[in-house]
Amino acid sequence: MIIQNSPALIPLLLLASAISIPLLAIRKTGIAYVTAAAAAFCAMAISAFNTYRVWESGPITYHFGGWIPPIGIEYVLDPLSAFVTLVVNVVAFVVLCHAGGLKDREITEKATPYYSLVLLLLCGANGMILTGDLFNLYVFLEIFSLAGYGLIGIGEKQAPVASFRYLIMGTIGASFYLLGLGFVYIVTGTLNMADMKTMLPLLYGNPAVTAGLTLIVIGMGIKMALFPLHGWLPDAYTYAPSTSTALIAPIGTKVAAYVILRVLFFVFDVKFVDQTLPVTDLIGWLAAGGILFGSVMAIAQREMKRMLAYSSVAQIGYIGLGIGLANPLGLIGAVLHILNHAFMKGALFLVAANLRKNAGHSDISKLDATYRNRLPWSMAAFTLAALSMIGLPPTAGFFSKWYLALGSIDKGNWVFLVVILLSSLLNAVYFFRVLEKVYLLPPTDPEAGKALPKLARRRAVGQEEYSLMIPTVVLSFSLLLLGLWNANIVKGILQRIIPPGM
Amino acid sequence: MTDPDLYISVLPFYAVIVSLAAVPLILMSTRRANLREFWTLAASLVKFSLVFALLPGALEGRVAVFTFWEISPGIALALKADTLGVFFALIASGLWILTSFYSIGYVRGLDEHKQTRYFASFAVCLSSTMGIAFSANLLSFIFFYEILTIATYPLVIHKETKVAIDAGRKYLVYTLTAGVLLIAAAAWTYRLTGTLEFQAGGLFGDLSLSPSVVTTLFLLFLCGVGVKAGIMPLHSWLPAAMAAPTPVSALLHAVAVVKSGVFGVVRVVGFVFGPELMNQFGLSTMLALCAGVTVIFASLLAFRQDNLKHRLAYSTVGHLSYIVLGAALLSPASLVGGLLHIANHATMKITLFFCAGAIYVAHHKEKISELDGIGRAMPWTMGAFTVGAVGLAGVPPVNGFLSKWQLGLGALQAGEVLPLAILVVSGLLNAGYFAPIVYRAFLKKAAVPYEHGEAAPAMVVPLVFTALLSVLLGLNPDLFFHFYRLANIISGSILGGAGP
Repeated sequence: MIIQNSPALIPLLLLASAISIPLLAIRKTGIAYVTAAAAAFCAMAISAFNTYRVWESGPITYHFGGWIPPIGIEYVLDPLSAFVTLVVNVVAFVVLCHAGGLKDREITEKATPYYSLVLLLLCGANGMILTGDLFNLYVFLEIFSLAGYGLIGIGEKQAPVASFRYLIMGTIGASFYLLGLGFVYIVTGTLNMADMKTMLPLLYGNPAVTAGLTLIVIGMGIKMALFPLHGWLPDAYTYAPSTSTALIAPIGTKVAAYVILRVLFFVFDVKFVDQTLPVTDLIGWLAAGGILFGSVMAIAQREMKRMLAYSSVAQIGYIGLGIGLANPLGLIGAVLHILNHAFMKGALFLVAANLRKNAGHSDISKLDATYRNRLPWSMAAFTLAALSMIGLPPTAGFFSKWYLALGSIDKGNWVFLVVILLSSLLNAVYFFRVLEKVYLLPPTDPEAGKALPKLARRRAVGQEEYSLMIPTVVLSFSLLLLGLWNANIVKGILQRIIPPGM
Repeated sequence: MTDPDLYISVLPFYAVIVSLAAVPLILMSTRRANLREFWTLAASLVKFSLVFALLPGALEGRVAVFTFWEISPGIALALKADTLGVFFALIASGLWILTSFYSIGYVRGLDEHKQTRYFASFAVCLSSTMGIAFSANLLSFIFFYEILTIATYPLVIHKETKVAIDAGRKYLVYTLTAGVLLIAAAAWTYRLTGTLEFQAGGLFGDLSLSPSVVTTLFLLFLCGVGVKAGIMPLHSWLPAAMAAPTPVSALLHAVAVVKSGVFGVVRVVGFVFGPELMNQFGLSTMLALCAGVTVIFASLLAFRQDNLKHRLAYSTVGHLSYIVLGAALLSPASLVGGLLHIANHATMKITLFFCAGAIYVAHHKEKISELDGIGRAMPWTMGAFTVGAVGLAGVPPVNGFLSKWQLGLGALQAGEVLPLAILVVSGLLNAGYFAPIVYRAFLKKAAVPYEHGEAAPAMVVPLVFTALLSVLLGLNPDLFFHFYRLANIISGSILGGAGP
C-alpha cells in the first residue's frame, strides 16, 4: 500500500521529479517550474500526512526494500523528524510559489537545470532528516550540498566564487563527517542509528568514539555555519539568486543543526555528550559567541541580503545555544526556533527578493519612504518578521526567546541568558535601522519621488505583484499564528521529542 | 485574606479586543475621515461601558476571569479583572473617550499628516493598556506590555522630524531594554516558583530565598517596569517623547503608558513579592528611596524647562513617583493614597496637557516665556490649567489634595517622617514651577495682542470637563467610579485584610 510507504515517499518523489524535469522540459522550459512546484506541494502534503500519522500513533520505522536493519536502510518517522520535514517542505513550497513571479529575472535560460537542482536540494534535505542510517545520511548530505553549490553559483557575477568557497568548506565539512563516521563504524560495526545507540554505551571509554564524535560535530558545524565556521555563509547568501537564498537560508543550515541534534541526543547519550565529553557545552559557547558576532556584523552591513546573512549566523546560534543547554527547555527552544527562524528568514529573504525585483537593488543605504509606497505589503511583512526577530509578542520569535531563557536559567547559565536577551536588543538595532528608513526617511532625490507615481498608476496596490506579495505575506503573517498557538506545537510535538535521560 | 469570588466572563476579553477590532475599520476608512473618527469614538465608548460593567463586581469583590489558551505549557494567556485591574482600566478607558474628541480637534486643527496611522496606533495602545490592566499572570502582562511599547512608537515619531525620530530611538532603547529585563525576571520567577499567576500578597509563598537572589530579582523587575514608570535614572525617554503630538502626550505619557509602568510597580510590589518579602529584605526602603529622590529631582528639573510640555513631563516623572512611594511604604493609607493618585494625577495632568495642546493649536506657542497674557485670549483653557496646577500642588478642593493627604497619613502609619517631608517640599516645588505659568497667563500683558481666541470646542470641552472632574473627585472621591472604595479594597487585599 502506498500509504504504508509514506516515510520513503518524499525523498523518492522529489528525486524522481528532479530527474524527470530535464526530460519533461525539453520542449517548453515553463514546465520545469510547474513540475517543481507540484512536487514541492506533494512533498508538503505527504509530510503533513506523516506528521498526522506520527501524532496519532507514535513513531514509525520503514525498512527500505524490506531489508531488516542493520543490514538494510531504515527510515525513521518520529515526532522530531516528522516535524522538521513538515517545516522544511512548507517553507520550500511557499518559496517556490514566490519563485513563479521571479523566474523571468535572474535565471532566464537556466530554468530547467535550476528547478531540477531545487528538487535535488529538497530531496537531500528530506532524506537527511528522515533517514535512520548514518551513511545514508552522508549520501543525502552530498546530494543536498552539490545541489546547493549549483543553486548558489547560478547567481550574480561574484556568485561562482562564493559558491566555490562554499564548495571547499562544505566538502571539508562533509569529509570530517565521513571520517568521524568511519571512526565510530570501526568500533561499533554498524551504521544504523538505533543499533549504534545500543552499542555505544559499552564503548564510551574508547578514544575512537571520542574522535569520531568530535569530527562529526566539526563537520556538521561547518555545514550549520556554527561560529567560527560560518565563513562561507555571508557571501553565498548575498550573491546567490533570490530564490536560492530564500530556499537555502531557512532550510540549509537548519538541516545540519538537526543532524547534530539527532546525533548528539539520539545516537549518543545525553549524559555522555553533556558530561563525559562536553561537546554540548562547546557548541553552546560557540553559539553564544556566534549570536553576538553575527548580530554586531549585521549592524555593520549596508546590503540587506548580507545583513540578513549575518543575522542568520546569529540565529543559528540560538539553535546551537538550545542544543548546548542539553536540557528539555533548551531543546524545545532549539527545535521551535528551527520552525520560527525558517519562517522569519524565509519571509525576510523574500522581501529582499521583492526589493531586488522592484528596485533592482536591496541596498539599505538607498532605501527611503518611497519604497513603502511601492511595496506596502512586502514592507508590512518585513516589519512583522523583524518584530519577530527582535522577539516581541505576540509573534513567534518571542517564544523561542522565552524557552531559551527558561532553559538557560534551568541550567544555571547566566551568560547564555544575557546573550539571548542582548541579542534581542541588537536585532532591534539593525531592524529598526531599516524600518526607520523605509517608513520615515523622505526621498533625497526629488526625481525618485516623481518617477514613482508614473509606475504606481499601473497597479492598485503600490507596485506589488500578487504572485510575489502573497507568499511573502503568508510566511510573515503565519508568525502571528505560530506565536499565539506555540503551546500546541510544544505540547503536541516538541515535548514528545525529549530524549530519555534528559 | 479570603479568596475572591471568581466567575468566568467575556467582558474583560471584549474590553481588550474592542479597540483592536476597530483598527481594521479605521484603516479601511482612510479616505473618509468622519467615518474613521466615528470608529474611534464608538470603540472608546463601547470600551468604557464594558469596563464600567465590571465595576459592580469589582466593588463586591467578585473577579471576572477569561482565559484565551495556553501560550507556554502551564501558562495561559489569561485575563482577570480584579479590583486593581478594573481601577486602572476605568481611568484609562474613561479618559480615552475625552482624548478621542480632543484628538479629532487637534489633528484637524493642525491638519496633521498620516491621521489614519495615528488613530490606528492609538486604538492598539488602548487595547494593550486594557490587556495590561487585566493580565492574570506575568507572561500575559509582558505580552501586552511589549505590544504597548511597539504600538506607542509610531505615535512618538508621528511628526517624522529629526527630533521626533531621535526621541523614538531613545524611547525604543529604554523600553525594549526594560522589556528583556522583565522577561529575564519573569523566566527566573517561573523557575523558582513554577507559577506566574499574580496573587495578592505575593506569589513566592513560603519559599526560602537568599537575600541576593531576591534583591537581584527585584532590581530586574524594577528596571523592567520602572522605565515606563519614569523612576530616575530611567526617566529620560519621557521628556524626549514629548516630541509626540499633544493628545499622545496627554493620554499615553500622562495616563496609559506611564501608568502601565506604575501599575506594574504596584503589581510587582503587591502581587509578585508581597509586603512580607518587601519588608523582610529591605526592598521597600530601596524602592521608597528611589521614589523619594525622583520626586525631588524631577520637580527641580521641571523649573529649568521653558518648553511647556517638557515642564509637564518632568512634573509627570515626579508625580509618578508619588504613586511608587505610596506602594513602597506599604501601609494601608499610603497604598490608598498611591492608588488614588493614579486616578487623580491622570485627570489633572491630562487637563494640563490638553491645555498645552490647545494653546499650540490656537496660537502655535510651545514655550512658557511666550505665554504672556494668554489667559485673556483663552480664559477657559487657562482657567482649567490653573485648576490642574493648583491640584498638582496639593491644594484642596482639587483631587490632588486627597491623594497627597492619604500618602502623608500613610507615611506616618509606616512610622516614617522623611516621606512626609518629601511630599511637603514637593508640593511647594510644584507650586513654584506652576505659578509662573499662571502668573504670566493672567497677570502679564501680551506684547502683541493675540489674533485668535480659544481653540475649537472639540478641544476646549474635554479640557474643561477634566478640570471639572478633578474638582468633583476632590470633593467626593467616591463619585461615579468609587475610586476611594476600590483603592481601599485593593489596599486591603495586598496587606491581607488590614485595610482601614
